[in-house]
Amino acid sequence: MADLATALRSAPPSAWFGISVSALYVFVALGAPVVAPFGETQVVGPAFAPWGGASPLGTDNLGRDMATRLIYGARNTVGIAVVTTVLAFLIGGGIGLISGTVRGWVDQVLGRIVDVMMAIPSLIFSLLLLAIFGTSVVSMITIIALIEATRIFRLARALALGIAVLDYVEAAKLRGEGLIWLITREILPNATAPLIAEFGLRFCFVFLFISALSFLGLGIQPPTADWGSMVRDNAALISYGDITPLLPAGAIALLTVAVNFVVDWLLHRSSGLKD
Amino acid sequence: MIVKRIGLGFVTLAVVSAVVFFAVYLLPGDLAEEILGQAATPETVANIRRELGLDRPPIERYVDWITGLLSGDFGRSLANGRPIAELAGMRLVNTLYLAGFAAAVSIPLSLTLGIVAALYREKLIDRSINVAALTAISLPEFFIAYILIFALTVKAGWLPSLATVSADTPLGERMFRSILPVLTLTLAVAAHVMRLTRAAIVNLLASPYIEMARLKGLKPWRVILRHALPNALAPIINVVVLNLAYLIVGVVVVEVVFAYPGLGQLMVDSVGKRDVPVVQATCLFFASTYIMLNLVADVATIAADPRLLHRR
Repeated sequence: MADLATALRSAPPSAWFGISVSALYVFVALGAPVVAPFGETQVVGPAFAPWGGASPLGTDNLGRDMATRLIYGARNTVGIAVVTTVLAFLIGGGIGLISGTVRGWVDQVLGRIVDVMMAIPSLIFSLLLLAIFGTSVVSMITIIALIEATRIFRLARALALGIAVLDYVEAAKLRGEGLIWLITREILPNATAPLIAEFGLRFCFVFLFISALSFLGLGIQPPTADWGSMVRDNAALISYGDITPLLPAGAIALLTVAVNFVVDWLLHRSSGLKD
Repeated sequence: MIVKRIGLGFVTLAVVSAVVFFAVYLLPGDLAEEILGQAATPETVANIRRELGLDRPPIERYVDWITGLLSGDFGRSLANGRPIAELAGMRLVNTLYLAGFAAAVSIPLSLTLGIVAALYREKLIDRSINVAALTAISLPEFFIAYILIFALTVKAGWLPSLATVSADTPLGERMFRSILPVLTLTLAVAAHVMRLTRAAIVNLLASPYIEMARLKGLKPWRVILRHALPNALAPIINVVVLNLAYLIVGVVVVEVVFAYPGLGQLMVDSVGKRDVPVVQATCLFFASTYIMLNLVADVATIAADPRLLHRR
């Protein structure tokens, strides 16, 4: 805990900016029903009402309050992105660590499968799978998690390969510890720093990926408030010189930039500690 | 070694085509029932199954599909029964044109910016190029696209916001209409190429032979263009071609924003309609272009840096 406090004190302004913005998003996401003036799908007035009055940011294409939708969007879009990233890490990280520790034919087979999956561009691959499985939130989460898991697999496997040959792991093996002990007690604690930085980076990818799919109308489905589909639904407003549709897109961009700043700082710190 | 790499590329291509084809069988149950949902009656299910050829053995269908593809027969769309070749033909040309136009703008631009940034490194101009590049990287493409529409179409009124072109649009008109999508793609891609160009050159500037050239009294731009650039060529070529591959994929979102009649838009529409044969054909096109460009990147890197031939 004391370590964390010193680390935070010495953090550069960009990292502070990143941390505060991310914290604000988390706060808004968790407190959505309290913060938001209206209900998520409540129709409050005519469609495309201008800013001001009861709806500070106007209303959307169906007359729902824009500010409320934005706040709920934080909960849905960011929440789904977090769930997807965690799932991708459990799958990719778990299999990667096992593959790197066990090696042999298991590693060979998994490596080839991942190679093939990575040869197809991820957006294109996800579109194919969505066409087959149908567009729903569950299939989108599963598909993106699986595709991102291949990238995490690579990293986790490389980390495990490097650590598994160290003396203390050899010692544990000779003591007769099982695979699960080796991975959770010996290898994982020494692989956390790069994995945490990777988590931030992957989150950004997943978040942009989900937003892009939702924007294409193939991700999070209405009436759930979500930033990608909000841009799509209200895009017509732009031709009338109204910047409202840019707000959800801006919310996506701001969070991505913020998380990138934090990841940069974490990477910088972990590489500095090694020197 | 180059032959080996090319061989590997074709093996990948074959495996990927099999993945694209057999992915349909991942579905628990049956695609026909899945598509029809509530409306499934035994007859309609049997109809769709026959239409998709699901009543025949998978291997036989795969062989048929591949031989069909190689002879230009892409199968028929599920939604309207038209041949896919007819649906996709014009769109394919449009997409290649858009990606080519974007590449023609973005690559010279980003290489120049990268070299300028390396030449004036740590100066104001380098810093500002860097900040602009970092920002462009973190923004989703559709955000960039709408900001451009807002600034250049709505506020300034210079450019059309929709890139609707048809087969008989004259070339000048076509270029004018596709300026905005090209600009969006350029912003998305140029940042990567520019940063890597700068990094590749800056890395080399520390080497003794560059210092020698500088001590001889050569002009800075000559040191960079004649001494540093040729040696930085291998990583730069690599990143340029990889970004071409990225362009081919990035085109999907941009086409939808600007209602540009390309292959990406066809693919997105077909996913929504669950028109699996069309999605499979377009997916295979995008994937094989991507794999081919990766192959070209590797071969070009080896060609630009003969040391790689004798690594072991």
